[in-house]
Amino acid sequence: MFQQVPMVEIDGMELVQTRAILNYFASKHNLYGKDLKERALIDMYVEGMADLNDMVVVFPGHPPEEKDAKLALIREKTINRYFPAFEKVLKSHGQDYLVGNRLSRADIQLVELIYHLEELDPSLTANFPLLKALKTRISNLPTVKKFLQPGSQRKPLLTAEAIAEARKAFRF
Amino acid sequence: MPGKVKLHYCDGRGRMEAIRWLLAAAGVEFEEIFLETAEDLDKLRNDGRLMFQQVPMVEIDGMELVQTRAILNYIASKHNLGKDLKERALIDMYVEGMMDLNEIIIMLLTYPPEEQVNQLALLKEKTTNRYFPAFEKVLKSHGQDYLVGNRLSRADVHLVELIYNVEEFDPGLTANFPLLKALKTRISNLPTVKKFLQPGSQRKPHEDMKTMDKARKIFRF
Repeated sequence: MFQQVPMVEIDGMELVQTRAILNYFASKHNLYGKDLKERALIDMYVEGMADLNDMVVVFPGHPPEEKDAKLALIREKTINRYFPAFEKVLKSHGQDYLVGNRLSRADIQLVELIYHLEELDPSLTANFPLLKALKTRISNLPTVKKFLQPGSQRKPLLTAEAIAEARKAFRF
Repeated sequence: MPGKVKLHYCDGRGRMEAIRWLLAAAGVEFEEIFLETAEDLDKLRNDGRLMFQQVPMVEIDGMELVQTRAILNYIASKHNLGKDLKERALIDMYVEGMMDLNEIIIMLLTYPPEEQVNQLALLKEKTTNRYFPAFEKVLKSHGQDYLVGNRLSRADVHLVELIYNVEEFDPGLTANFPLLKALKTRISNLPTVKKFLQPGSQRKPHEDMKTMDKARKIFRF
């Protein structure tokens, strides 16, 4: 629709815009909370995660001289802003999942983010025991466990080479 | 009805304006608590009221919600401005495209003057070549009065806000998009929207360097 990808063909639609696609799947598969208020919390959490994830996704594309500064910023925001916010949520209710005492997209997206960040710096989760426990629990769900195995459709972190190729394809 | 809806932001459009439009269109009254200084922002942060230390923040139905999309989604769903699954997929897709374009406007004055010229050119180019054609095509495809589901949704409200915004930079941008112009007129004539468009409403004026300088002090950038 807007000359961009991702595009996902699903249920007779050709959906673009990452959030539109995620929202549709999450709703359809009951991973978006049971009511309006739970959805509001889930949205609030995943939007915060998206802000941090945006920094992580573009990181390999930075010129070498900028990389140290960018990594320092990612670390700083992870440790001082985002991880504390989510650790606090888990601590506040002591439940196994972020919202509504059951699995939602918020848990999946947070665990994905934790994996990405640990690839940049494994020590980032050191002082966040509840996040580490969530990561373990979610990783052990049969569907997620399967996805985490080699040979699945999960993609590796973008390398500088892959970004150079993307630049050609997307002409930027 | 529990306490009133309260918006926490500075006295400017920024990332809160879309929320103001949607609340207004839905006929929901709201109060505004304006950040005037960096210390005002610090207080909200120190009081633990901002999940990610950022505004916009909206007090609504006993929650202190942050993140623009979370807030917009909640208001839209609650006030029947977009609910059914497939309709929501279309609404989300359209609205996300609009937000991409609106982001250029929101960020415009944060750039140095030379770069602002480039960004403005980019805004005009994307409006006329990418986004307006996409939405004109949707309206043409079904010939209905609203973008989705033959009834008012948040997509119509956000699009009309966007049309007003881009026309402030260049009134000629809608010249070749008759269906968008017609939508703008129709939505502007809805009683709640008409009221919001009148002087003295809580709608904020076009951003200028004065608002930007104030924002720089509050947000320390």
